[in-house]
Amino acid sequence: MSRYTATTAEDLRAMLEAIGVGSVDELFDRQIPAAVRLGRALELPAGMAEQDVYAHLRELASRNTSAEDEITFLGAGMYDHYVPAIVDMLMGRSEFLTPYTPYQPEVSQGNLQVMFEYQTAISELTALPVSNASVYEGPSAVASAGYLARLANGRSRFVASAGLHPHSLETLRTYARGFGAEVVEVPLADGVTDPAAWAAAIDTDTCAVFVQQPNFYGAVEDVAALSAAAKEAVDDVVVVGSYDPIALGILVPPGECGVDVCVGEGQPLGNRLDFGGPSFGFFAATEAYLRRMPGRIAGETTDVDGKRGFVLTLQTREQHIRREKATSNICTAQALNALAGVVYLTWLGRHGLVELGELLLQRTHYAREALTALDGVEALHPQPVVREFALKLSAPAAKVVARCQEQGVNPGLALEDDVLLVAITEQRSRADIDRLTEVLGAAVAAEREAVHA
Amino acid sequence: MSDTATIFEKGAPGRRAFVCPEVDVPQVDGLLPDRFRRSQPARLPEVSEPEIVRHYVNLSKKNFDLDSGFYPLGSCTMKHNPRLHERVAALPGHARLHPLQSPAHAQGALELMWNLERSLSEIAGLPHVSLQPSAGSHGELAGVLLTKAFHADRGDTRTKVLTPDTAHGTNPATVTMAGYTVVKVGTNPDGGVDLEDLRAKADDDVACLMLTNPNTLGVFDPNIKEIAEIVHAAGATLYYDGANLNAIMGLTRPGDMGFDIVHFNLHKSFTQPHGGGGPGSGPIAVSERMAPFLMNPRIVRSKGTAAEGGGLWRFDLRDTSEKSIGRLRGFQGNYGCFVRSYAYIRSLGAEGLKDASETAVLNANYLLARLKGEGVADKLPLAFGELCMHEFVLSGSPMKRELGIKTLDLAKRLLDHGYHPPTVYFPLLVDEALLVEPTETETKETLDAFADAIAAILKEAADDPEVARTAPHTTPVRRLDEAAAAKRPVIRQPL
Repeated sequence: MSRYTATTAEDLRAMLEAIGVGSVDELFDRQIPAAVRLGRALELPAGMAEQDVYAHLRELASRNTSAEDEITFLGAGMYDHYVPAIVDMLMGRSEFLTPYTPYQPEVSQGNLQVMFEYQTAISELTALPVSNASVYEGPSAVASAGYLARLANGRSRFVASAGLHPHSLETLRTYARGFGAEVVEVPLADGVTDPAAWAAAIDTDTCAVFVQQPNFYGAVEDVAALSAAAKEAVDDVVVVGSYDPIALGILVPPGECGVDVCVGEGQPLGNRLDFGGPSFGFFAATEAYLRRMPGRIAGETTDVDGKRGFVLTLQTREQHIRREKATSNICTAQALNALAGVVYLTWLGRHGLVELGELLLQRTHYAREALTALDGVEALHPQPVVREFALKLSAPAAKVVARCQEQGVNPGLALEDDVLLVAITEQRSRADIDRLTEVLGAAVAAEREAVHA
Repeated sequence: MSDTATIFEKGAPGRRAFVCPEVDVPQVDGLLPDRFRRSQPARLPEVSEPEIVRHYVNLSKKNFDLDSGFYPLGSCTMKHNPRLHERVAALPGHARLHPLQSPAHAQGALELMWNLERSLSEIAGLPHVSLQPSAGSHGELAGVLLTKAFHADRGDTRTKVLTPDTAHGTNPATVTMAGYTVVKVGTNPDGGVDLEDLRAKADDDVACLMLTNPNTLGVFDPNIKEIAEIVHAAGATLYYDGANLNAIMGLTRPGDMGFDIVHFNLHKSFTQPHGGGGPGSGPIAVSERMAPFLMNPRIVRSKGTAAEGGGLWRFDLRDTSEKSIGRLRGFQGNYGCFVRSYAYIRSLGAEGLKDASETAVLNANYLLARLKGEGVADKLPLAFGELCMHEFVLSGSPMKRELGIKTLDLAKRLLDHGYHPPTVYFPLLVDEALLVEPTETETKETLDAFADAIAAILKEAADDPEVARTAPHTTPVRRLDEAAAAKRPVIRQPL
């Protein structure tokens, strides 16, 4: 008997007798050939008591600098938004935490209705009629949209804006090499997807086009113009938009911009940073792609008494039914994280999401103005931004970041040699931004001096 | 208001939970050109915090969950989820660590991931690990893409991947996604791979054989060494679907059986809570020859100084190989799951993991023995073999023929007895299949009570099959019309 098991000596005796074997070893000896048995103990540390495991994990945690330990302006796909207490409480409930996929709908109405509500919220956010119940996370959602497009029109050429998150571009390429598609990258001009290069890159062989909103450098893209240009070149091209869901409080939704499939990283919606996961990916589309969606979808129906209820539906798309003909291989996705997402959106509410967007817009503008007023700091591009922007420094960005971190401020992500990507959340106040301005100004000045010295 | 109203049907205009922080900077108009501005807010609910809490707490009560009762869902390993793991995962040093924090400021996290990689490597018997995949099926995709890169690197183009007819649906779906064609391999009368069929199909156009061992019949394939030889002689790779790893930890290792690639399901064998269908996590371990193709980035360890994070070692994330298949997702993987599974491995240690697998197999065999009793075995016979590993498959075929109730009816009636039913109608090659996996964390009393419930349902059906046919009777809703849901899909709340 070890941790979490319950077999007493008396239990064991009775159980072996019922089975008709003399020992537990016999169960294995009779089933696993001796040639492949591991004739030794695993070389792992011995087990520990609960309090010792806690102390060890706490010690490891203490050697990380978290968003509680410094004033952080890191973003680039995951953002330090406040996670309301009710999200922790609801995610921690046994009834949400410990069941599995709702294969038995009669005892899973809670989960299924949450999925239905989540789908409604994502559909509202994106202004697209169809949403699934979540995929893994952002970049693989982009790649999955590519697979959908590949199956939909049979072509194999992807045109992707260089404004996509680098992880999304890399993941798209990895998936595309598998199912046989090429990825053509369109460069940015003035911080946004170059419209002329975009139009020139799209031809009648193009399967799908990919754009991110706001793009990786924080700039708001003219998605409507980009999708119109793509559809003019080839009318059944699949326009994929990867969106920041928080920005959708104030930005024109993809459903009104000609986007066919909208995906994105769901972490900003009530999920913690967790060093990159678990979070969730959202996946919404026009009606035309309903039967090509990956993943679980909950649908409304009635029971034998005519009572309203919810079930997993359109399962003939899925791997457990269709096997090699499935629209995706996804099985376990991110149900608990999607629950956090819908609870968060409900908590923000209809007006809260807009207010949050306006707050970020104003604070981001304030930060951009203050930082670009510093010597040796300028904006990388002049485009409108919502919650993140890129700066060009006249000093090595990585070294500037390191200097700022010594002062308890993480100024953002160092990109290339001299570019810094700065993100704002509602947890970064004007005072925090002022502190960033002070620390970054000093760090840039010090680095420039170090070069001259 | 009906108790099935959605959150979108609750609340009232003007109601809210969120209080927005004040705009503490000078307000500037026109920051966003009108053509980029949303004209109407998304129609999200307008509800108070107490309404949100009551709504979702009441919804939660309509779920059956592992903390409330026995959940012997085959192939899913519904073992106890220790709450210690939730506590340590919630520590701000883990939970609020940004994924792009510089490695110098994330030494604890990288060390944890390194340690977890080394532990999984030892458990699998394979030298290299990537934690990146988000779930088992994502790990499968990684494995098949690695296979593709491996062959391409040798200038070899192969087009087929073999999967047994007992395989999880994710295997063939993955094969297609990776641009290969699926070829099915048959099952022999003992429940293992049909070796003759395998020999006939393992030609030089085969890239890989994907296998689960023990397989979805709960049968450990005794010919595994020979299978590996056939596959390797054909120049193909051998892939281990780790869904059933809970049967073998510390007892036998996929690497020692000859597998090149293994995926783990941290949400199965290593107790990441299933969350109603995720999050999962699907790390892979691979042999030396597959290592150059592993996903970027990888964790590397070098000698560091005390100044660099306080440890003897320094950990980094780095793209280590030009032959890498690239990324499969953003950032480093589902770190929150790594924290939980690492805590589990440290709690149990080598002895405890082995004990977990031994007890899982003991419990499965005991429950199987109990179901061989009078009035049950002839209605629900074991599909293959005599003993089982950590799970077993019964066939409801005689029950259907003699009592007039199907496996589905038995499953629904189990709900009235307070149990989550086993996996039903899988694996596909067993008629009226019932796949039962009790796990190691259940007591003998629970197994006895479950066996008694099955016997009682069969006895009841002999008298009056209608009770099971119309079950469940005690659940929040009764049988639902799935055909109607699929025919006229309503997948969002109309507003």
